Amino acid sequence: MTGAHTSAGTRDTPLALLALPALVFFLIFAVAPLIGVVILSFTSWDGIGEILPNGLESWQMVLADPMTWNALGLTLATMVITWAVQTPLSILLGTFIAGQQRYRAVLAVFYFLPLLLSSAAIAIAFKALLDPNFGLGAGLNLPFLNQDWLGVELAFPVVLAVIAWQFIPFHTLLYQGGVRQIPQQLYEAASIDGASRFRQFIHITLPQLKYTIITSSTLMLVGSLTYFDLVFVMTQGGPGNATRILALDMYIRGFRANQMGAASVIAVILVVLGLGLALGVQRLGGKDKTASQLEGGV
Amino acid sequence: MSATPTMKRAVPAARTTSRGVGAKNWVGGAFGWLWFLAVSLPIYYVVITSLKDQGAYFTSNPLSLPIPPNFTPYQEVLDNNIATYFFNSVWVTVGSVVPIVLFSFMASYAIVRGSGRFLRFTNGLFLMGLAIPIQATIIPIYLMITKMGLYDTLWAVILPSIAFGIPLSVLIMSNFLRDIPNELFESMRLDGLSNWQMMWRLALPLTMPAMVTVAIYNGLNVWNGFLFPLILTQSPDTRVMPLGLWAFQGEYQVNIPAVLAAVVLSTMPILLLYIVGRRQLLSGLTAGIGK
Repeated sequence: MTGAHTSAGTRDTPLALLALPALVFFLIFAVAPLIGVVILSFTSWDGIGEILPNGLESWQMVLADPMTWNALGLTLATMVITWAVQTPLSILLGTFIAGQQRYRAVLAVFYFLPLLLSSAAIAIAFKALLDPNFGLGAGLNLPFLNQDWLGVELAFPVVLAVIAWQFIPFHTLLYQGGVRQIPQQLYEAASIDGASRFRQFIHITLPQLKYTIITSSTLMLVGSLTYFDLVFVMTQGGPGNATRILALDMYIRGFRANQMGAASVIAVILVVLGLGLALGVQRLGGKDKTASQLEGGV
Repeated sequence: MSATPTMKRAVPAARTTSRGVGAKNWVGGAFGWLWFLAVSLPIYYVVITSLKDQGAYFTSNPLSLPIPPNFTPYQEVLDNNIATYFFNSVWVTVGSVVPIVLFSFMASYAIVRGSGRFLRFTNGLFLMGLAIPIQATIIPIYLMITKMGLYDTLWAVILPSIAFGIPLSVLIMSNFLRDIPNELFESMRLDGLSNWQMMWRLALPLTMPAMVTVAIYNGLNVWNGFLFPLILTQSPDTRVMPLGLWAFQGEYQVNIPAVLAAVVLSTMPILLLYIVGRRQLLSGLTAGIGK
């Protein structure tokens, strides 16, 4: 690194030099792999031996495999359900804890606890909690809670519910911030006009939250492509293929079945989906504003 | 958070409005308590179960308090190498966060203070990086790490973690640096200070709040990270906490109290952080997004 003192008149430390360490790391471990995964999708590799080009073979194999479409369907279902469940709940909770009442502030302290836990910890905790004999159902003495929660039929919705438990706090936090920025005068004016709390919520809060909704939705939709840790620890993609979403499908193909070419195809699909979604949502909601909000600083 | 004068006035004003108020408060309140229950019940279950011995786990009501608390599960976890996993996690987290903060700060300073095509390109690249899903890059990363001879070392986790921490950190810090008035830099420039000196003497102290945010955000991500350790390490000696939890769960399937004790222990450091600096931690979690 150049730490030279500069005498007046000469050019001092070139600023570009200061950006180099970050750039180098990013190029090597993020950009190169991104290009690498596209290249690997046109090869066959078992993870240990030689990497051999095989043209479109991996692509043809993956696209002809019903497993891929199963995984894609589950991923899209995850995306839609996650959004439809988490968004309204997060808006309501965010609005609720944005209030100034003391007890709400106390409740909020608990609301954010799931954010502190690792996905592995959450998955393990819920596996114990959902145990039919020694879990919540037995504890509350409610027999209908003693289902085979992680069996073929229920595993997928249960995983989605646990994902909601994990991520709603984060989006609640975003909405709390959004609600607190709404000018108080809007509510005062509406109150004078005799608008009920419900009408105020519909006509003031929701429209004012528009850009928070777009930000939160983008993060939610793009994020739902990458749920891996929690599903991996809870179900390993099973039982059968009941929870084998794309990210898991990629892992299983690559690191269990040693078909890195096929797994790279899935990875490329993930990247394309992610970029497409990010751009799509932004366009839908007015790109400039969202970008500026995402960059809205601390 | 201190309520502003306008807010203080607004609250009673809102309370006295129309009939809708009572109804809304009931709905909101009921829902708020319901969610409180949904969050605290699992956590309560984990904590009390971690304080029961196996006999009590099988015989007592799952939601009953463990009286007296039994610390055998914790003893079992502590006898099981968890200290190694803990220090691995500490090293991986510190080893990733320090370079992330330092490199991102330097890059942000260059991007904000500098001009030219190279820096604009760099900034654009980092922005694009925000949309790269880690999962999609894991196979080439695995290939690179094995070729570098770093497989099954902690470096294997640290190096890619640094790379993926940089984009958002640069975004946050450069936004922060843009708010520093240009006059401050100009006057230091007149005093004959170089870019390098101004970066440390002027920009660094003024960017401290953003650095704390960035450090917390990345610290949590790395501490709780699972994918890089899962793919890039293998032996118990290089296990980090989340991976240790997972392995522990595999080995001790029947000993649920011990598994949950491990869960509690793995969360302790962050919980302490939460108790000490909740507001900082939360703003670090959202990394200033959407504020």
